[in-house]
Amino acid sequence: MKLITLFTKNGAGLLESLGVHIMLVILSVLAGIVIALPLGIYLTRHRRAANVVLAIAGTVQTIPGLVMLGFALVLLGIGTLPALVVLSIYSILPILRNTYTGITEVLPAYTDAAKGIGMTKSQVLFKVELPLAMPAIVSGIRISAVYIVSWATLAGMIGAGGLGDWIWTGLATYNTDYILLGAIPSAILAFVFSAVIGAVEKAMTPRGLRRRS
Amino acid sequence: MIEFRNVTKRYGDITVLDDLSFTIKSGELVCIIGPSGCGKTTTLRTINRLIEPKRGTVFIDGKDITEQNAVQLRREIGYVIQQIGLFPNMTVAQNISVVPKLLKYSAQECDKIVHELLTLVDMPYEENAHKYPNELSGGQQQRIGVLRALAASPPIVLMDEPFGALDPVTRDSLQEEVKRIQRKLKKTIVFVTHDMDEALRLADTIIFMDQGKILQMASPEEMLHKPADKVIKNFLGRHMDDDAPSTPKKAEEFMKQRVHKVHESAKTLQSIERMRKREVNSLVVIDDDDKYLGTVSIEEIKARGKAGKPVSEYINTETLTVNRNDDAKEALDKLLSSTENYVIVLNDDRTVAGIITRTSTAKAMGLALWGEIES
Repeated sequence: MKLITLFTKNGAGLLESLGVHIMLVILSVLAGIVIALPLGIYLTRHRRAANVVLAIAGTVQTIPGLVMLGFALVLLGIGTLPALVVLSIYSILPILRNTYTGITEVLPAYTDAAKGIGMTKSQVLFKVELPLAMPAIVSGIRISAVYIVSWATLAGMIGAGGLGDWIWTGLATYNTDYILLGAIPSAILAFVFSAVIGAVEKAMTPRGLRRRS
Repeated sequence: MIEFRNVTKRYGDITVLDDLSFTIKSGELVCIIGPSGCGKTTTLRTINRLIEPKRGTVFIDGKDITEQNAVQLRREIGYVIQQIGLFPNMTVAQNISVVPKLLKYSAQECDKIVHELLTLVDMPYEENAHKYPNELSGGQQQRIGVLRALAASPPIVLMDEPFGALDPVTRDSLQEEVKRIQRKLKKTIVFVTHDMDEALRLADTIIFMDQGKILQMASPEEMLHKPADKVIKNFLGRHMDDDAPSTPKKAEEFMKQRVHKVHESAKTLQSIERMRKREVNSLVVIDDDDKYLGTVSIEEIKARGKAGKPVSEYINTETLTVNRNDDAKEALDKLLSSTENYVIVLNDDRTVAGIITRTSTAKAMGLALWGEIES
């Protein structure tokens, strides 16, 4: 009960933070897609480079978020921009890895047939490889989005706003209520993103592929 | 016409195609066969430039294929692979019209092609066009695979062990269909297989390859008759007379042991009754020592027989007989060159051992043609 009154009392502020949070997630995941999708496709054509790049990306992923934000703070200062940069970097890996494996796991029979009947390299990519890898790619985007919803709470630390603000305030003042005000919506948000992208994933999977996956 | 002129392909130190030269005439169905690793698939994939040879030239209708854009070339050559390779994200109709679409045919034209081709293989449009490959059986999938190769009416179709993964019954009917389609549409088909049955059945000409070379290029008839090499002989296997001096089969191996006998003293009506019961039209007549005397037929008794007379008066002693240890070939020869329906097989002491009928020869022929029949 107390929680509900708390939510209603802070409704306006929360809503604004939620908006900022969603914006952070969407922008950084979009940035992740823009970088990871072409890079992933490129790597499937350069398998040797792929091992190196995927290893580096994997290592970056293990750097704690706080450390990354610290670096961003030093290099780019306070505000939304450094947070977006850091979050975008984090969103790259799942999309990159899923794009790469999604395409490399397309059976050679399909690409061989595609080439053999006279598709150009880009036609093989757009008509065969990408459609067949699409479920994997979208699932990578989904993983990224869910990650970023939680990483984005850290962004409050360097003044990017979002639901993290409430959590940090709560932590700084030993106020559990404030922590919950930030934590509960962001947990729900993670679920919502996952569900929405899951639905997109399903819609984008051709009927011919559904039964198998 | 497809011509290979001194084509050589190497992977590192391994020579896959060794100075290959041959010509395939237009409208022919040519099977390339040989043990695995012989270069048959490489040869096929050289034709649509999926593989570029190190040396030598391939000509199609007199034109060097490297002078043409590889992608353009492939669109003018049909291609069917073993794993079928239908795109799982496309419907049957979309799969069939892939190449026409690449060639910028209009939507109506594509649709017309899909209709026509599905009719060609007896798969009704309404039922099948909008299915996805995983909703079809393996045989149906490969039918669509073949149709996809035919969609833009290429004069040449390449098939790389297209039916290797199918069950024998489906394979049979697809072979039949390919042969029919080829005759009807007058395509030049180059067909890679490792199955001699398939090659003998389909090919106008068989190219037998081993270690990147052609051992023999001949019609199925000629290859069966005069295989040019031991490797080919081994491949032909049961299609040929064995080289090894096998022990000739004996007559007894082909006989039925159940023979309906009658004693010479048996009366006519009694014998007829017996034939009726056993549903046969003649009986083997024996004496007191079970020795063979001859046969008696229902026609003979009906024509000349009198009631109450013993069958010994109507015996046909001309009936064909062989000893059970005689060569089976001799027995079959005797039977086939006569108008009789059976040969009686006798033991050394002239008692009856069995009978070889026209039915049992048919069975024996089946055995020889198809090998052991699993029970």
